Amino acid sequence: MGLKIIVLAKQVPDTRNVGKDAMKADGTVNRAALPAIFNPEDLNALEQALRLKDRYPGSEVTILTMGPGRAADIIREGLYRGADNGYLLTDRAFAGSDTLATSYAISCAIKKISDYDIIIAGRQAIDGDTAQVGPQVAEKLGLPQVTYAEEIVSVTEGIVAEDDKYGVPHAILADEVSLNIKGSLVIKRRLERGVETVGTTFPCVLTVNASAPDCRPRNAKKVQKYKHAKTVTEIQDQSEDYMDLTADRPYLKIEEWSVNDIETDINWLGLSGSPTKVKKIENVVFQAKEAKKISSDESELEELIVELIENHTIG
Amino acid sequence: MGNVFVICEIEEGKVADVSLELLTKGRSLANDLNCKLEAVALGHNIKGIESQIYPYGVDVIHLGDDKRLEFYTTLPYTSIIVDLFKAEKPEVCLLGASTLGRDLGPRVSSALFSGLTADCTALEIGDHSDKKAGKEYKDLLYQIRPAFGGNIVATIINPDCRPQMATVREGVMKMEIHDASYKGEIKEIDVDKILKPEDLVVKVIERHMEKSKVNIKNSSIIVAGGYGMGSKEGFNQLYQLADVLSAEVGASRAAVDAGFADHERQIGQTGVTVRPKLYIACGISGQIQHTAGMEESSMIIAINNDSNAPINKIADYVINGDVNDIVPKLIKLYKKNTK
Repeated sequence: MGLKIIVLAKQVPDTRNVGKDAMKADGTVNRAALPAIFNPEDLNALEQALRLKDRYPGSEVTILTMGPGRAADIIREGLYRGADNGYLLTDRAFAGSDTLATSYAISCAIKKISDYDIIIAGRQAIDGDTAQVGPQVAEKLGLPQVTYAEEIVSVTEGIVAEDDKYGVPHAILADEVSLNIKGSLVIKRRLERGVETVGTTFPCVLTVNASAPDCRPRNAKKVQKYKHAKTVTEIQDQSEDYMDLTADRPYLKIEEWSVNDIETDINWLGLSGSPTKVKKIENVVFQAKEAKKISSDESELEELIVELIENHTIG
Repeated sequence: MGNVFVICEIEEGKVADVSLELLTKGRSLANDLNCKLEAVALGHNIKGIESQIYPYGVDVIHLGDDKRLEFYTTLPYTSIIVDLFKAEKPEVCLLGASTLGRDLGPRVSSALFSGLTADCTALEIGDHSDKKAGKEYKDLLYQIRPAFGGNIVATIINPDCRPQMATVREGVMKMEIHDASYKGEIKEIDVDKILKPEDLVVKVIERHMEKSKVNIKNSSIIVAGGYGMGSKEGFNQLYQLADVLSAEVGASRAAVDAGFADHERQIGQTGVTVRPKLYIACGISGQIQHTAGMEESSMIIAINNDSNAPINKIADYVINGDVNDIVPKLIKLYKKNTK
């Protein structure tokens, strides 16, 4: 069985390393001013996809990312680690999108890719921490979702005749409500207070936690193979030598889609497609209060301990 | 105008703390908006659940009791809530920022094309004027949250779409009974009419829910460690300090990400919010993500070697020095003085 897997990945500013010019006046993020990295949980998602590919030879892993031109780095990084191809969705029309407008644009791109079995994303991105895009993409595509996934326990292809506890076998669903069912998955989910195992049909959307296995490192051969992979925009700046190099290597072309390459309703994109608006941004300023300074000297520490014991804070 | 709705999470016949906290907040928002507070309670064999809900000032409970709702799964819960919201047109909808709320909220918001803000740390009612469009908005929900790694605090609004949806983590809002004898009314949801066969393609096969082993939320003393503990071994010293002080150990996100501590100990915007009597912050710099979850502690002691650490600005005592040297000294001195 060869599975077609789409991994949703995001290039994120490294929020652990933020400078003063990180925000623009309109309250959106000035991505140009920040180091950009592969969103950590999207790497956990990629690993799950690559494990499926290991298990089911002939599977294909496609990276889909939305962002500025330099987000092509994410696709190259994915190729170095074992993905087969990638799509960069990039257009000014997507600028200022909130999670819903982002999910809409991504779902339109997935519809264009059209042939897929499983969509896997990281649970959330470190720049927003919202965890909303995965479920919203699933809703837009009318697919079931399993969030907080930690492990894909099993994959069964095709419609299984099963004795369903709700009396709705998949065969009937496929037949009577023409639900698209290619097979079923068993997934282990990591919840805040425990573990849950669920079964779902696929196609479906999974979001993967950081508690899932880390992504494998780059593979040296794949780095050699894909280091010259470029989008059409990046190719414009290249020499003739590069053109010669890529002429018989179609795998070096990273697909780049603008808003015109996918079918969308423009009102649902960017700022106009975003129900949430940023009203106000405040930089964080702590109200300074006078703290009592204590050195690491034992007599000073003892004084503090005695004070805390006497006023019944401790002890 | 629509009302304020809170989605209640029910586990083993008990309404979750986070839902009761949101009902408390919901009551005060409903008072500000001069509207009703309504709750949605879905589950199986949950008759009588209203006695846990009414005291928070709930006027209407929408009750869906059905075998297929026993354990939360995305699609049936979404179908029921979307159906209900299309009829009721709520003004505001609050959910816990739990694994349930963060799975359900985005699905519902996408289906209704309404905005959703995750992990809010404050919710207020206020006005907004959109000067570009020349429009004035009255009584919007200000959804306030740290963003961008905690470097900023953003106020988010949903001017045109309803409901205005927000998730809030457990412990962020206070839980307070409004009136122990408060009585509202129950409206039964016709689950059979709403659920479609295709809502049932995801099934729970097995569940292992544990009572949380750590109870940082209710601990009166917390010893918390950050990335500045340097290593897992360094971090582990904090358990000894916590042990002598009868305290719980908490951790910053950086310490959890570095593998020094489990996620269930994480304090801050993406962890738990705590209000202990004493908070000892060891090797924690104090990004707002973290301080959002502990700044209401009655007393804060910061131990670190960075005199410019943001945590020092909210601390009552700042002990300057090497935390790995100071923690053992504190253990020794405490033992000496309590003998």
